[in-house]
Amino acid sequence: MAANPMYQFNVYRIGPEIKINNIDISFTNASLFMVISSLAILIIFNLGTKRSIIPNKIQLLAELSYSFISKMISDTAGSKAKPYFSFIFSLFMFVLFCNMFGMIPYSFTVTSHIIVTFVLAAFIFIGVTIIGFIKHGLGYLKLFVPSGVPMVLLPLIVVIEIISYLSRPISLSVRLFANMMAGHTMMKVFGGFVVSLGIVGGWLPLGFSVALTGLEILVAFLQAYVFAILTCIYLNDALNLHH
Amino acid sequence: MLKKIIFQFLALSLIFTYSAQSAESGGMPQLNPEFWISQIFWLVLTFGLLFIILSKFILPKISNNLETRKSQILENIETADKQREDTEKKVKEFDKIINDTKVEAKNFFNTERQKVLDDINNKRLSLEKDIEKEIIKAEEEIDQLKKTSQEKVTKIAIETSSDLVKQLIGEDINKSSLSAIVEDLSKKEMEKHNGI
Repeated sequence: MAANPMYQFNVYRIGPEIKINNIDISFTNASLFMVISSLAILIIFNLGTKRSIIPNKIQLLAELSYSFISKMISDTAGSKAKPYFSFIFSLFMFVLFCNMFGMIPYSFTVTSHIIVTFVLAAFIFIGVTIIGFIKHGLGYLKLFVPSGVPMVLLPLIVVIEIISYLSRPISLSVRLFANMMAGHTMMKVFGGFVVSLGIVGGWLPLGFSVALTGLEILVAFLQAYVFAILTCIYLNDALNLHH
Repeated sequence: MLKKIIFQFLALSLIFTYSAQSAESGGMPQLNPEFWISQIFWLVLTFGLLFIILSKFILPKISNNLETRKSQILENIETADKQREDTEKKVKEFDKIINDTKVEAKNFFNTERQKVLDDINNKRLSLEKDIEKEIIKAEEEIDQLKKTSQEKVTKIAIETSSDLVKQLIGEDINKSSLSAIVEDLSKKEMEKHNGI
């Protein structure tokens, strides 16, 4: 069973079964890694809040991440997006830490589950839509009508725009989920090759596995970054109605 | 024959369904909705708590730290600029003082030198005057001595000649005639001296 590359994505219950109104909300390994990631973020960033003029390493890390995300938001969504900074910061850190904890062997990758990424993406989608309608009223619908388009093409363009807008949560969630799942499956497959080819032929897939680990760490960071920056771009559409 | 075919079909279908079932259980666990609700619940709980704690407690502290550091750095730069300006001013003042003192010292030196030179000049002049006076005095003395010596010499000559004459002859001779003779002789001698 352990040789199955999809086995690593299994969710199983840890501890007793918890049911509220016949709905199963048991603590699972996925929940465990969500808790671990959140706690790690809180511990690291709480250690980084010391008030010293010359920061130590953890403080430097916290402050650099702070200014990194703050710069990312102001670059993509402008100064109006400042109130949403802490949400995007938490989102980026949560996705990043879940991805990174998933890189530890025998651990569980929370973001490799479509339901998790979809809930995050759907929340962002709904939130951004609400913000857009609050800021611009029905004028937010102008988002679907790009300026400078000939009247003949307008019906087609509007339909395309609406479809692309509605597919945002799906593309956002599937991008993260598919990246994480594909990477981890591939690593598992190469790991399986190492075992099955033994000491004679196992060196090549082992090398691949090592290289893939590096690549996956990069992907783990990159996907968190992409997730956060796409959120910023959607927020930008809602805050500063351009077209 | 028909029975056999039906049996085989059933057996095959059983095998297929079995393998299909096992494949499903080994398929993508992500699409198994058994724990979806649990995952959503725990995601909302952990992410919500994370967001609340970060936004309420941790991020304001970090931003505060960054702000205070920025303002402190700006303040420090300002004070450093001020101090640099001050030092520049001080250096200018210092240079000015040094220049002034140099000029003053030069002036002082010049005046003192002039004074000393004047002093020396005055002293030399007075000395020269004194020396001249002394010289004149000495010359006068010499002149007088010259005069008196001649008279004395003639007197001595007269006296000695009279003494000599007295001893030789044994009687006194008129002094006036003797003096005339001595004067005549001495004149001759002087002429001789002068002539040579």
